[in-house]
Formats: sequence, C-alpha cells, structure tokens
Amino acid sequence: MQTLLNNLRAARARAYVRVIGTNRELSWLVFDILLPVLSISAYIFIYKAIGAPEEYGGYVIIGGVMTGFWLNVLWNMGANWYWEKQTGNLEIFFLAPISRLSILGGMAVGGMFQTSIRAMSTAVLGALIFRIPMQVAHPFGALVAFVLTLVALYGLGAMFASLFLLYGREAWHYANLLQEPIYLLSGFYFPVRALGFWVAVGASVIPLTLGLDAMRQLVYPHHGMGLLPVGVELAILAGLCALYVGMAGAALRTMENLARREGRLTLKWQ
Amino acid sequence: MAVRLLKSVRTSAWFGWQNESNWTDPLLFAGYALLKPVASSLILVCMYTVVSRTQPQGSLFNYIYVGNAFFMFVANIVFGVSWTIIEDREYFQILKYVYLSTNSVPSYLVGRAGAKFLLATFSALAILLAGRFLLGIPLALTTIRWGLFLPVFVLGVFSCIGLGLIMAGLMLIAARHGGVYAEGVAGIFYLLCGAVFPIEVLPKPLQALSLYIPLTHWLEGIRRAILGGSISPRLAVYNDAQLVLILTATAVGTLVLGWLSFILLDRFARSRGLIDMLTQS
Repeated sequence: MQTLLNNLRAARARAYVRVIGTNRELSWLVFDILLPVLSISAYIFIYKAIGAPEEYGGYVIIGGVMTGFWLNVLWNMGANWYWEKQTGNLEIFFLAPISRLSILGGMAVGGMFQTSIRAMSTAVLGALIFRIPMQVAHPFGALVAFVLTLVALYGLGAMFASLFLLYGREAWHYANLLQEPIYLLSGFYFPVRALGFWVAVGASVIPLTLGLDAMRQLVYPHHGMGLLPVGVELAILAGLCALYVGMAGAALRTMENLARREGRLTLKWQ
Repeated sequence: MAVRLLKSVRTSAWFGWQNESNWTDPLLFAGYALLKPVASSLILVCMYTVVSRTQPQGSLFNYIYVGNAFFMFVANIVFGVSWTIIEDREYFQILKYVYLSTNSVPSYLVGRAGAKFLLATFSALAILLAGRFLLGIPLALTTIRWGLFLPVFVLGVFSCIGLGLIMAGLMLIAARHGGVYAEGVAGIFYLLCGAVFPIEVLPKPLQALSLYIPLTHWLEGIRRAILGGSISPRLAVYNDAQLVLILTATAVGTLVLGWLSFILLDRFARSRGLIDMLTQS
C-alpha cells in the first residue's frame, strides 16, 4: 500500500512540473499556440489555392491539434530521458524508491494537460480565423476517439522513452525523424485513405492514424473519406492502448537492465 | 586576413558537417537526411491528389512542389544557424571555447551554415529528382534558365545567411527555448513568401507584406528559372532584371544587417555574461 502511495506521489510530482510549467513562462504559451496556427494556416491556404471544399480546412485543424500531442509524445516523452540524462536528473529518478513507470505516467498526464490547453487554442483560433464550420456531429464518439488515441499515443511515448534511454545524440535525431514521415503516414493534413487502403492500414500501428480518421468521420460524417467504419477503428484503438501500455513496461525493464550493464545511464554528450 | 577568414569558415563547416552526420553510419544518415524532406513533399502530393482526384500535375502543382523543395534552404540555414548557438551553449557547452579560439564567431556561424547548406542541397535535389522521375514534373537541366537561376539562387542563399545571423544574435540573449523564435520566423516565411501557394491566396494586407520579404522574390526567381514562368500576377509585374536587382539589394542589406546585429547583440550578451549561461536545468 505504501509502495502504491509512493508511486502515485511520484507520478503527481512529475505531472505537477508540467502542469505548473504550462503558465510559468507566458512567452512559451504564445509561441506554443501561434506556431501550430502558422503551420495549419499554410496547409489551409494550400487547400484554398487548390480549390478544396471547406471541410478540408477542418481536416487540417484536427490534424494540427493532434500534431501538438505527437510532438509532445516525441520530445517530452520519448526523448525526455535523453534530456534528463543531459541535465543530470535521470540518475535521481533511478535512485528514488519508486517505479520508473510512475515517472512516465506522471510525464504523460502532465504532458496531456499541457498540450490540451495549447491544442484547444489552436483549434479555436484556426476555426475562427478561417471561418471553418466545426459542428461536431457525434461529440461523445469524438471524445471517446480522442481519449483512446491519447492513451495509446502516450503508451507509445512511454515505450519510446525506454528505447531512447540507451541513445545519445541519436535520440534527438530519431525524434526529429519521426515528425514529417509520421505526418505523412498518419494523414495529419489529408484523409489517410489518400495513401491507399493497405498503406493506411499498415500506418495504423501509429495510433494517430486511426484516431485522426475516426475523429474526422465523427466531425464530418457525410464526407465519406473514412478508412474503416468508426466502430472498428475505436476497437483497434482500444487494442493499441493495451498493447502499447503493456509494451512500455516490458521495454522499460529490458532497456534499463541494458543501460545499467553498459553504463549508459549517466553518459552525456556522446 | 581573407585567407584566415576562409580557413575559419571551412573548418567550422567541416565541424558542422561532423556534428550533423557522425552520430550514425553514412547510409542511415543519408536515409535520415532524405526521408524528412521527401515526406514533407509527399504530404503536398497527397493533399493535391485527394482534392483533384487526378495525378498531381499542372502548373499549380509544379509551383507548389518546386517552392517547397527550395524552402529547404530557408529552413535549414535560418533555423540551423540560430540553433547552433543554443546547441553549442546549452547542450554541448562549447560556445565559450569558440569565443576563446582565434576564429571570429560570425565566421564560425557562416561555416556552420555551410554544413546546413550542404544538407539542404541533398534534400532539395532528392525532392526535385523524385518530382522529375516519379511525378513527371517538367524539370530538365536543358530547360533551366541557368543565367537567371544561378544569380537568383546565390543571392537567396546570402539572404538566408543574413537572416540566420540576425536570429543567431537573438539566440545569444535568449534562453534555451529561443529555438522557437527561429521556428516561428521560419513558419512566418513559409506562410508569407508563397513557398507552397501563390501569394494571391493570402488576404490583401499579407500580400502586401509578402512583397517586402526577400524570400518571396527569391522563390519567384527560382520558379521562373526552373519552370519557365510565373503563375503569380502580383509578382509577374517584375521582369527578370528587376527581380535580380531587388534580390541583390535585399541580399546585401540582409547580410550587412545580420552581421551588424550579431556584433551588437554579441556585445550585449558578453556585457551581461550570457555567453556561457545554462538555462536547461
């Protein structure tokens, strides 16, 4: 019982840093909101130039919102232990009498909170500036899709954190590499069906692919650009949640042992 | 003096290249260097295809594709040079040693820009080759107007270096999150200079603003040289000679401004003891 309490306290403490950090530096808030708006603006203008229907602007906004979460997962979950190693915090985490999973859990909860505020602002600003109709046709379904996507996504992030534990500079580069190619494969700015059915199904190992597709189908049900029926997508997403959270634990144990054996836990700048 | 400067630029370019590439084997690095830019271009291809429901072709698609390929230089050089300050100061903690060496810091940054330029060249070439052979975009060495392309390209790269120096100066007085300033500026350029759509799509006030950005004219010149014409009525009013003249003036202006602003901000940073500050912990 005491162990559980300690772990919950550790998770709360790790999440607290991120929650409190949300408003600590206001200039960050401005950039965190404006940068995604700039990015989605460019894509919306491309659709305008091509003469696409308005819904495509909505597709871009939904993708732009989820971009924030993907970047958070990559840099603040996946590559986080690389940064912690650089700053000397990682050894403190390992000295503490708690499970490393509680640290990852706290990071995930804090990260979700932090990113949600920015993501909401991006969605509202994007819809207002470009006057894009965003009446959610099935709000409850969209919420379920959103939550399942986040859980699976942060489970994947926790797994990345373990894998990146061994890396030095490579961690930075791998996280960097997982941006544009994933934007493409998951269909951040276009319906993923455009990639072809089987490529899109293959890309569904990334929870965002099905999450984005399900959310778009639930916001614009008459557009008919979905990959799979929403129910099937939600069921697969639920499976991905269990898979990635489970794999995160296993990867953490394996990589931690390997990092200890090879003496890489405190190795900086390599 | 000039020889020493060139030696300094060459050495830092080599160092920059090592820093960019020696974390992995060359094959993986080549994949890494090419995957990101090709993916970003394929996003545009998919966006175009899903709306037009045809193969991506036509003057608008070519316009978008070529602009995106050459924007790699802006993203790499402007963002890369300024990120060098944050990376060297905060993560590798070597900026103070660069200051202690006999090289001048602006020449060190220009050298680091050289490594970024090389990377951007690989990326742009990969995108253009994919465009030529996979998408059928009419790109051929014989049809490029080299007399226009070469001066326009070189002047644009100088502008990017100048903008990079301005951003690098700002990074000297910013904390580690200063990287987002450069990212923001690159995002604004991507939006305003018509990198991936004709500027006529922008609201009127932004169109006017766009004409004051050197990169708008740079991309226009590149497209005219490669694709043979312009689809932007607002930019078509300038003939080739006028375009080169505008680019020459803005390239010289940006370089001088970049150099001066860096020296000024560098003095300020030194007087405040910011050169070796760590804001990451």
